[in-house]
Amino acid sequence: MSIVKTIVKRELGAYFTSPVAYVFLVIFLLLTGFFTFTAGSFFERGEASLASFFGWHPWLYLAVVPAIGMRLWAEERRSGTLELLFTMPIATWQAIVAKFLASWLFIGVALLLTFPTVVTVNVLGDPDNGQIFAGYLGSFLLAGTYLAITCMTSAMTRNQVVAFILSVVICLFLVLAGFNPVTDLMVRWASPAVVDTVAAFSVVTHFDGFQRGVIDTRDLFFFLSVIGFALFATGVILRGHRSA
Amino acid sequence: MIRIENLVKTFGAKRAVDGVSFNVERGEVLGFLGPNGAGKSTTMRMITGFIPPTAGRVSVGGHDVAESPLEAKRLIGYLPENAASYPDMTVAGFLNFAAEIRGLAGEARKRAVRRVVDLCFLDNVLHQSIDTLSKGYKHRTCLAQALIHDPDVLIMDEPTDGLDPNQKHQVRNLIRELGKTKAIVFSTHILEEVDAACTRAIIIDRGRVVANGTPEELRAMSELAGAVTLQAQGATREELEVLGRVEQLDGAFRIFPREKARAGELAQAVIDLVNRRSWKVQGMYSERGELDEVFRRITLPDTAGRMPATTAGRA
Repeated sequence: MSIVKTIVKRELGAYFTSPVAYVFLVIFLLLTGFFTFTAGSFFERGEASLASFFGWHPWLYLAVVPAIGMRLWAEERRSGTLELLFTMPIATWQAIVAKFLASWLFIGVALLLTFPTVVTVNVLGDPDNGQIFAGYLGSFLLAGTYLAITCMTSAMTRNQVVAFILSVVICLFLVLAGFNPVTDLMVRWASPAVVDTVAAFSVVTHFDGFQRGVIDTRDLFFFLSVIGFALFATGVILRGHRSA
Repeated sequence: MIRIENLVKTFGAKRAVDGVSFNVERGEVLGFLGPNGAGKSTTMRMITGFIPPTAGRVSVGGHDVAESPLEAKRLIGYLPENAASYPDMTVAGFLNFAAEIRGLAGEARKRAVRRVVDLCFLDNVLHQSIDTLSKGYKHRTCLAQALIHDPDVLIMDEPTDGLDPNQKHQVRNLIRELGKTKAIVFSTHILEEVDAACTRAIIIDRGRVVANGTPEELRAMSELAGAVTLQAQGATREELEVLGRVEQLDGAFRIFPREKARAGELAQAVIDLVNRRSWKVQGMYSERGELDEVFRRITLPDTAGRMPATTAGRA
């Protein structure tokens, strides 16, 4: 466990010693602000909820999370530090979990820094703070899912740009599978069972419940299993590179 | 400490390492020589457990690297080929990280970092970030990382690559010093390093071990070994040919013994001849053999490694 902690510390340090962390935090907060208050018409809605805040997250994360995660393994492979890391007495899973956790924690920090929005809505009205908490939890899991997928694509290549694009494409698929305009289109030619099955793979479908304030174990299970699967695949890919 | 049996690694159709076996005991410094692409780095990566072998076994300190990798890796300090380290960290941060990964904490960690900083002369750059360092410092930072847990086994891939002559000298001395209590394997292109630091050397070519012995033994395989080079006024080729095969060099003669076994008598015979003829001697050397000639001869079988210098004047 202490090894995981050591690597998490190193990775977090790597974010904050470079300007990447600060640039990311500023951009993330600007974008959430813009989407919530301008594009999401927070004030015009006239309701004390963060629907306009969370509703954008599946799209916002699409650009932001792969940018955070793309360096995780691609950079280690490019610079040769992968060899250093895996000749230290570390199990592969420890390194994978630690690197994932570090980035996830970093995104968690970014998410926590959106607290002024929560304050605003509490000052202006009387929102359901339980619902807001569920929304934050769902949003954090959503980011974790994208991040785990980015871990996987980052392990595939030593080129960060390739890792970024691959993960955006995979995550975009996970969004679109349950995006209303797309499901409406599918209803015309596919049976409802097929549409439901495809939509069940979508992060949007599972994120919806959290936004409404419902923490459903099935949704929790969905996010955690995608994370688990993607991290497992990362391990398989890394092992494959070494024995090739 | 290190036992390697029939190690094989194939990349596609290419056999990068093809049945390599050797042992290294505590107190030995093994120089690992071979042309580029001979399989040195691949072998080292298999010893350190970074890549799994296609066939064969590696055990370090009694732990099979494939079966109990963590136990084996705990005993090993490794300096990879490019001496990679995390460029965004400071030297101190990086060494502390390595120490923590190796399970050192608190006072023990501070002591370990202090020790390797002194050993590798990193004091001036301790709080500098690694990407601002010169190549020599980067290299020594990575070397310090390999030494942080005072490992029983030290594997170094070209430890003196990219260092200036003073730094090379320091690193060689360090290797020799450490070799008294550890099992060390290091690869190099520089043959003089074998003399400077090794107790034993292995030459590997196309994935196979082609020579294994002490530097003296390897040198004795040289054609030159046992020859006497004489630079003297009045000396003539005809008279020297009585003693052995003679080769004319720039203003000097090189006499090769007829039989390697009687090489020891040659020098005395030359001196006797010089005295009888009262030649004026300007220089006389007893050749020990040259490692790079041996190296070339066994790793270049097509041309049999005949260097122009040794064939000159033979016709």
